Amino acid sequence: MTGLGLQLTGLAGDLAGPVHRLDPRAKILGLTTVTLVAVSAPIAAWPVHVACAAVLAAAAAAARVPARTIWRRARVVLPPVLFVAAFVPFFRAGGTAYALGPLTVSEAGLEVLAAVAAKAAIGTVSAVLLGATTSFPAVLRGLDALRVPHAFTLIAAVMYRYLFVIAEEAQRMRTALSARAYAPRHVLQAAPIGRAATALFLRSHGRGERVHRAMLARGYAGTMPELAPLRLRAADAAFVIGIAVLLVGVRLAIGASA
Amino acid sequence: MSCAVHARGLTYAYPDGTPALDDVTLHVGHGERVAVLGPNGAGKTTLMLHLNGLLRGRGELEVAGIAVERGELRELRARVGLVFQDPDDQLFMPNVRDDVAFGPLNLGLSPDEALARVHEALEAVRMAHAADRAPHQLSMGERRRVAIATVLAMRPRLLVLDEPSANLDPRARRELLEVLERIDRTMLVVTHDLPFAAELCERAIVLSGGRVVADDDCEAVLADPELLARHDLELPSGFDLARVGRRPHPGAVVV
Repeated sequence: MTGLGLQLTGLAGDLAGPVHRLDPRAKILGLTTVTLVAVSAPIAAWPVHVACAAVLAAAAAAARVPARTIWRRARVVLPPVLFVAAFVPFFRAGGTAYALGPLTVSEAGLEVLAAVAAKAAIGTVSAVLLGATTSFPAVLRGLDALRVPHAFTLIAAVMYRYLFVIAEEAQRMRTALSARAYAPRHVLQAAPIGRAATALFLRSHGRGERVHRAMLARGYAGTMPELAPLRLRAADAAFVIGIAVLLVGVRLAIGASA
Repeated sequence: MSCAVHARGLTYAYPDGTPALDDVTLHVGHGERVAVLGPNGAGKTTLMLHLNGLLRGRGELEVAGIAVERGELRELRARVGLVFQDPDDQLFMPNVRDDVAFGPLNLGLSPDEALARVHEALEAVRMAHAADRAPHQLSMGERRRVAIATVLAMRPRLLVLDEPSANLDPRARRELLEVLERIDRTMLVVTHDLPFAAELCERAIVLSGGRVVADDDCEAVLADPELLARHDLELPSGFDLARVGRRPHPGAVVV
């Protein structure tokens, strides 16, 4: 198989549990609400962030997604965000300034860092939870049902299906390059990589045409047929409304006074 | 009764001018299994793409009772099942069940009917256990059999297979033969695996340079080494045509 690190995606936790069985639309809406509330709250309204984190923790516990899994997946996304935010305290002036060797750190800057870190962590964990409790095709069907443009979800679905195929092709090309002693030492030797990328693009393009032909041959007429239509149940409504009422309530109560 | 395939003077050139089919005349009766043999570039795949209207050439072509140039394409595609060479091109849904259901649902069947078709088709290719798996989790032989199921689920009258034995190890090839031998359908098998053709098909045509250059019993075609050599085909050395055992046909041949 490919070395794509795809063990970082896919379902985790109790697959028959209450969260996994929710309609994908409910999970998309509920977890997006968590993220939006967290992002919209100023850092002074820190209890809002605590409430968001508590909701996520409750959802993770109900789905039995281990904290270790969440951490392993979140740490792929978080560092780049935090890396940028880490510079803010050094450049932003305001409030008390603290000397840190030759550098100064401002209080206002630290607040920004804390706010970014909290929002990024909550947003990332929301996405990780969605991914751990909902298969990728189900997320796409949910987005489709939520009226995200069909072209977008179709492209994502096809990309997901062919990721492995194209990764294997790329892997074979890499092997072919190394088999003929290709070991680039400086940038001028990078040309073969460019040519391999071109070949990969052309092959993928050709495959796209063949897949389309295969779809037409089986009666494809522009819409993807569905085997089991999505159905919203009481539990789905309860999940979304519960999260929305709780967090929006906390946000309004605390955000207004802070 | 009409022919399963009735082509007269079928001619096609690719948009860049490369001729691919040159005055092809071919009649296939219901229930026949016909091997379409020929070297690479002979026009085999082009012919196959004509059979359900994916390409349109000049000349007469009637497939499964529908005249291709005038016909209702949806109905034509329901009657003609194409199994492409690379199963990765054919399996584009996230899992096997959805993929096999794709065709029946496009035909307007209800989800329950489609599921029944899925079960029946996967059973026919001995892949019923894999309904929940993703295509990339299957071996090449399994993918090929699922690709055949995606087409069988549409209950086509004519099954057209492009290089079904390509890239299969001997065991997967054997399993595929056993599955195909039990499928009671008119079959066109495009291949240059001559022993595979000998085991499965009673009739063979040789396509070369876009023309039909031979059309006879499979044994007669394969027993003519000069004909084969002229068209860049050959049996594996030491292959004994007399020892090929072809299983009795499940269906009666009606020409």
